[in-house]
Amino acid sequence: MIIVSGIFLLTLLAIIAVAIVRTKNLFVAVMLTSIFSLLMAANFFILDAADVALTEAAVGAGVTTVIFLSALSLTAERERSITRKRYLAIFVVVVTTLVLIYATFDKPRLGDPQAPVHQHVAPWYLEKTPEFIGIPNVVTAVLGSFRGYDTLGEVFVVFTACIGVLFLLGSRRGPEYAVYEPSPGNTGLSHHLIPKVVSRLLVPFIVLFGLYVQFHGEYGPGGGFQAGSIVAAGIILHALIEGEAAALAAVPRAALLGMVVGGAMLYGLVGLAGLVLGGNFLDYSVLLSDPIAGQQLGILLIEAGVGVTVCGAILLIFHAFAARELV
Amino acid sequence: MAGVIDGLSWILLSVGGMFVFIGGVGTLRLPNFYTRMHAASLTDSMATLLILPGIMLQAGWSLATIKLLAILVFLLLTGPTASYALANAALLSGMKPEESRQTVGDKTSAS
Repeated sequence: MIIVSGIFLLTLLAIIAVAIVRTKNLFVAVMLTSIFSLLMAANFFILDAADVALTEAAVGAGVTTVIFLSALSLTAERERSITRKRYLAIFVVVVTTLVLIYATFDKPRLGDPQAPVHQHVAPWYLEKTPEFIGIPNVVTAVLGSFRGYDTLGEVFVVFTACIGVLFLLGSRRGPEYAVYEPSPGNTGLSHHLIPKVVSRLLVPFIVLFGLYVQFHGEYGPGGGFQAGSIVAAGIILHALIEGEAAALAAVPRAALLGMVVGGAMLYGLVGLAGLVLGGNFLDYSVLLSDPIAGQQLGILLIEAGVGVTVCGAILLIFHAFAARELV
Repeated sequence: MAGVIDGLSWILLSVGGMFVFIGGVGTLRLPNFYTRMHAASLTDSMATLLILPGIMLQAGWSLATIKLLAILVFLLLTGPTASYALANAALLSGMKPEESRQTVGDKTSAS
């Protein structure tokens, strides 16, 4: 059954990928990208990667689509057609495809227990997580504690990406950008009664679900990345319906900047606290007298840092695009 | 009792699946945008309303049923809202709902 669903989803993915390349209408391309992400999320879910599926659904299908649409409103809707044949590009694509197909011959079967990836450190993680960290979700244990350095790097990638977008989109405005206020006339879709009422019903629950995903990450699928993007999606929905000004009134730009910086710093400081208390960097065992409780506290704190940074970064990027839209 | 619940669940699932099918055929075959949207909205209102209770009966009294109920309420709120927003956006961008008789008449040339 899994094989059948997998083949079905992958076939649809291939069809949609071709459609994205073929279409000249960028609006259609954005919508197809959103469908692609949703199918990819379903695919991840079939492969038992619920954590990744949550992120893909929230970021890929939700937030990215809105940001693409904001970007699209700044440019033309149709792709400029290129008549010249690009033989070099075609050659590179064909060669890369052949190399990738050749590489898959060496790939172990899906779910093969003898595969190198299941023989290296994975058994150790599965065996030691209950002993060292004592939480049911091994993914969170690996992400937050065993491979805390990687996650720290990811948080700083998000942080850097956010700064980069702000520099690129804010540059034209110069210092004025910081004090930019959206025009009061822009009230989004709030004159439409039905979306307004429904969104008012839904936004609190979306944010609540985000918080659940944040704090339940030690027991089920979830964690900072997913929670941050779900909360951000809820607030973006608020911004789309009630207007950008209402969203900025709820969460001001200064608070968002503080969230991005503060979350990344919280993560780094938890690492430094381990160093100060006599352990290694990002070693949470020393945070409390009981090493297991210390690990859990450390994971809780760094997940909070991740969530706050991701939420702030997504909202800042969204507002950066939306601010340009009003020019 | 178990057999009755099972049968009821299968009826709900089959009828729901039929509505998905009708919605799909309607989206492909109907003549203009608004009628197509009407067919598409069938899948996210009527089909959801049948399929999710069908799965709930299969799940029995468990946490899964509560989650399915939450999904059902969520979809019942968002589906029609999305359809409304889509129709509204189409109307605002200048797409006039046409007389169906004319469009059915030249369907072959339009498609």
